[in-house]
Amino acid sequence: MATATFPGSAVLSRDAGGARLSLAGDWTLPHYPALQQRATELAGSIDAAVTLDISRLGALDTSGAFVIAELLGSARTQALAQDEALPPARRALLKTVGDAIDTYCTGVKRRRDAGFVVTLERIGRAMHGFWRQTAKLLAFIGITLQGFAATVWRPHRWRVTSLVSHIEQTGLDAVPILALLSFMVGCVVAFLGSTALASYGATVFTVDLIGFAFLREFGVLLTAILLAGRTASAFTAQIGSMKAREEIDAIRTLGLDPVELLVLPRVLALLIALPMLTFIAMISGVVGGAVVCMAVLKMSPSMFLTMFQADMSLTQFLVGMAKAPVFAFMIAVIGCMEGFKVAGSAQSVGEHTTSAVVQSIFVVILLDALAALFYMEMDW
Amino acid sequence: MTAETVIEVRGLVNRFGTQTVHEDLNLDVYRGEIIGIVGGSGTGKSVLLRTIVGLVRPVAGEVRVFGENLLALPEDRRSQVERRFGVLFQSGALFSSLTVAENVALPLVEHAGLPRMDAQRLAGVKLALAGLPVDAGRKYPSQLSGGMIKRAALARALALDPEILFLDEPTAGLDPISAAAFDNLIVTLRNALGLTVFLVTHDLDTLYSTCDRVAVLSQRRVLAAAPIDEVAKTDDAWVQAYFNGPRGRAATFAAHRGGG
Repeated sequence: MATATFPGSAVLSRDAGGARLSLAGDWTLPHYPALQQRATELAGSIDAAVTLDISRLGALDTSGAFVIAELLGSARTQALAQDEALPPARRALLKTVGDAIDTYCTGVKRRRDAGFVVTLERIGRAMHGFWRQTAKLLAFIGITLQGFAATVWRPHRWRVTSLVSHIEQTGLDAVPILALLSFMVGCVVAFLGSTALASYGATVFTVDLIGFAFLREFGVLLTAILLAGRTASAFTAQIGSMKAREEIDAIRTLGLDPVELLVLPRVLALLIALPMLTFIAMISGVVGGAVVCMAVLKMSPSMFLTMFQADMSLTQFLVGMAKAPVFAFMIAVIGCMEGFKVAGSAQSVGEHTTSAVVQSIFVVILLDALAALFYMEMDW
Repeated sequence: MTAETVIEVRGLVNRFGTQTVHEDLNLDVYRGEIIGIVGGSGTGKSVLLRTIVGLVRPVAGEVRVFGENLLALPEDRRSQVERRFGVLFQSGALFSSLTVAENVALPLVEHAGLPRMDAQRLAGVKLALAGLPVDAGRKYPSQLSGGMIKRAALARALALDPEILFLDEPTAGLDPISAAAFDNLIVTLRNALGLTVFLVTHDLDTLYSTCDRVAVLSQRRVLAAAPIDEVAKTDDAWVQAYFNGPRGRAATFAAHRGGG
């Protein structure tokens, strides 16, 4: 069928009998661009008076039929499809394509404009989207708090199994990676301190640098960012795939509350797990710093501890720790909310997972900056 | 009239783990016919389809499409043969990151080497051919209903004007009106484009209204392959339950009344 092709041709000739259009050769997909071009050249000169000769027409497929139908126009194609001289299969093909074109060509084509207005439109859309996103987040926080208030007095409605399982997944399972990460960042900060402070001969204050950095900021920030990547995405993917498979709808029709069943255990689990992980991150970071102090500054462990004890107040620890529950709440809520926003396809799950990670990291860093300002004003 | 054989399955064996799906299965498909493949759940209808198009490598046996053994061909020759068939997967399998028109245009751009504009125009025609409204082309698959997804997938399967069309449960999940319209569409396209259609289905109405022959898969092989009225007379418990159960009788009745 596809063998021994010779390209289709269209010749318009004029003789005594009037104009005559001869179609010959194969009108098939491989020759489509050439045929299409030929058809465009001839387009103006074909009118009702032109007689048609298709006796030498070779193979014909839908793309060829499309070109013929476009060349001749709808009415002419339909007439050709009625022509008894043609084999029935070819008539059916012409008729089918002719019908298809009738619906296709009645469609209006939308024009594309890529100018200043479009840019403004995009900015406007983005702003509007951001505003709606914020409103949605606030609404979802409200729903979560409401759900929490409704169940906190009724212990029989606590989902303890689910809670514990989520604490294990988000907390315990994250311990090794978090400890390693903080340890290494602790080392890096200590190297940084020992290098920068060396010119003042104050390398001994590396201890303070590590202490302040990890107790106030890095412990909680590293944990929050790690969990934003690890847990917010997991929450979105879990809830999102349930949404995509209509499981959330099933929960609702069974008269259950998806917030109580899915959101509260996750939010509470993270509220418990993140402060604990923060503590581990602080310890490993400080240990990392201590190791570098011992190796590079030849400081004994007891000296490190003595300095640490003397210079670090409990406030530093509490100030850092106070941020943990806030971050935990925001990460969990954003993760769950994005899950609920998933619509239909698996692709949507992926999009919202990405969005959850980006948003929760953004919110964590934003809140951390605000907290730093606040603490500075309060002289904590 | 002896029609040309386009698909030839000989001694096919398919096995997953310890479970044997096909054992010594033989089947011929002739040019220009619509063959319906039926069988209970888990009898390997879809597996047979996937084996013929080369997605599943059989444990033993041989599948020849247009006289060529797909699995033994070098990569480029295989691609050549694969362009000659179109496959409609059970759930459409449209690429979700592309619009419907881009989905149909993709093989035209990749294989036929058309410029994007031409491919989009031609894609519009294929979509109309499959019975979709014009504005559907700009939508994404997630915005379409089940019936429209099937039609869009059919348009993509038809993009390169294939000689064989493989359909995996094309009417599953469609309402009876859409399903009947889809059946008509397949017959129309077959008549117009001279297609050979390999149809896996559970839908008795589809079998009666479209298929020239029906192949029954049972006990790991093809139990019967013949026109539907002959197959319905086969002396086998499953076949009898299938064709002469309440649904089968209703479909027979409808088909005979429709046929005069």
